[in-house]
Amino acid sequence: MTRTPLRRFADYAVLGVLAFVFVLPVLYLILGSFKPSDQVLNGLTGFLPTHLSFDNYRAVLSSFDSDATGYFWRFMGISLLLATVVVLGGLIVNSMAAYGLTRLRWRGQGAVFALVLLLMLVPFEAVAVPLFYLFNDQRNTVWIQAVPFIANAFSLYQFSTFFRAIPPSIEEAARIDGAGPWRTFFAIVVPMSKPVFASVAILTFLTQWGAFLWPVLMVSDPAVRPLPLEMSVFQGQMPVDWGQVLAFGVLLILPVLIVFAFFQRWFVQGVAGSAVKG
Amino acid sequence: MTIVNPAPAAPDRRKPSAPATGPEPVRPRRRNRDALHGLLMSAPALGGLIAFVAVPFVYAVVLSFYNVRLGSPLPPRFFGVEQYRRIFTDPDMSGPFLRALLNNLTFAVAVVPLQTGLALALAILLNRKLKAIGVFRSLFFLPVVFPMALVAVIWRLILARSGDGLLNSALHAVSLGHWGAFDWLGDSLTAMASVIVLSVWQGVGFQMVILLAGLQQIPGELYEAAELDRATRWQQFRHVTLPGIRSTLVFVALLTSVLSLRVFDQVYVLVHGGGLDEDATRTVMYQAVTTAFDQNNIGQAAAITVVFFLIVVALTLIQRRVVRPGNED
Repeated sequence: MTRTPLRRFADYAVLGVLAFVFVLPVLYLILGSFKPSDQVLNGLTGFLPTHLSFDNYRAVLSSFDSDATGYFWRFMGISLLLATVVVLGGLIVNSMAAYGLTRLRWRGQGAVFALVLLLMLVPFEAVAVPLFYLFNDQRNTVWIQAVPFIANAFSLYQFSTFFRAIPPSIEEAARIDGAGPWRTFFAIVVPMSKPVFASVAILTFLTQWGAFLWPVLMVSDPAVRPLPLEMSVFQGQMPVDWGQVLAFGVLLILPVLIVFAFFQRWFVQGVAGSAVKG
Repeated sequence: MTIVNPAPAAPDRRKPSAPATGPEPVRPRRRNRDALHGLLMSAPALGGLIAFVAVPFVYAVVLSFYNVRLGSPLPPRFFGVEQYRRIFTDPDMSGPFLRALLNNLTFAVAVVPLQTGLALALAILLNRKLKAIGVFRSLFFLPVVFPMALVAVIWRLILARSGDGLLNSALHAVSLGHWGAFDWLGDSLTAMASVIVLSVWQGVGFQMVILLAGLQQIPGELYEAAELDRATRWQQFRHVTLPGIRSTLVFVALLTSVLSLRVFDQVYVLVHGGGLDEDATRTVMYQAVTTAFDQNNIGQAAAITVVFFLIVVALTLIQRRVVRPGNED
């Protein structure tokens, strides 16, 4: 289809207006984080870039300063630690299992894989209550926030879809050269599967970074509280210091935006690819 | 509770050596080794899935037949189907749960068509070869990476009840001063609508990306052929685009409906501090968490969980039924 300059202009105009309206809440978040509280919730002037300063950020970083309030870097550290453990652990454990289940031949493998597909149907929400009951004496620990999320049926499924598409001849060659299944996997299969590792990693990271339901049930101690839960606690304190709450929000989203900026292509490809194939 | 470890290393060495005594059993030996290593490689993930999904899931069913409370000196008491009777028919106790079911249904019925339709519109709009189209795609995708807890906080400001709330001020300006303050989150009529809007805003980019990928798989020649046949834009949409992304569309609708059953974060955040009308927006998961956590009624919360899961499964099965005949033509 040929496009006249006028049409092209119209396209940009429509897209521009829509996109602008769509990202208004994000602009509001960012602008507000640099404004004093009384200027944030102040009608449409909340959008005017006036009274800007880093005061809110300074306050967020310094006003969490006792064991009762927790410490900002502690929340951040917990969130980063949980994300690292769940993402890295998940990549290793689920890719290995996917390889073992789809590319090695053993008895019962089909039944086990069917079980994994079945478990994929069970959303975390369906096991949150019994897990809460079973691990109640582990509340306010770090490990209970991370370990249940390492093994993931959906990640395993994504890996297995990718591995199935690898021509067997490549692995055969490695096997004939004497490489065992572990070496074949780590030295041959993993390096050629970067796209699936990237998209699983990003999807896992996003889910884990925003995780909320489980921390609500399991964490009350500020010392092990991840960022999203603290965000909820912070915004619930009266009176709300809006400037600081928004600054907190920006700091919460910043690591995600950094990851998103670098790996966006992988993410979009991964999401779209798994959906179209599935 | 320990994490399930792979089997100890000792049998690892013994097993493959057994068939190795034969002259040249290359094939069977390889197969034997594969069996062991396949199992070893799968063991950590399988252990995790069993410990943290399968066992708790079965346990949820068991708990739902008991009267269990945390820290209670009394042992759990077998309750039969009493928990289910209570949440469905007991006049004193079923109220909040049935309301949660209804709310969840309202949410799903509104969000699934709204979000899928909007995502499709955006995907079509963004499926053209323009310079910097990638920037626009990223902008619409941006909210997807925002944790729900943060999204709820931003919208708490937009929908704030005072005349200084963003939406109220905007309406005030547009109506030339006729609009006063309105409590969007606190009013039982608009509370659910507010949750729906912010949820769609956050999630639509995800569906958009999936649909965009579907659109890009439709061969361009089909559109050229349609154009030669002088098909209008609507006819092209109706007879080329829609059939081309039918399965993607159904997949997206399924995904959205399952996701919309799982709603919890935004309701929880907005009720705890945002002045959101609790009764008008409590969802099934919200109800499960309040029952388990605030009321310490584990058995009843487990029953709610089981009902939740049955709905998810039923929905998945129905949608699969719907998809299948279409996929064959």
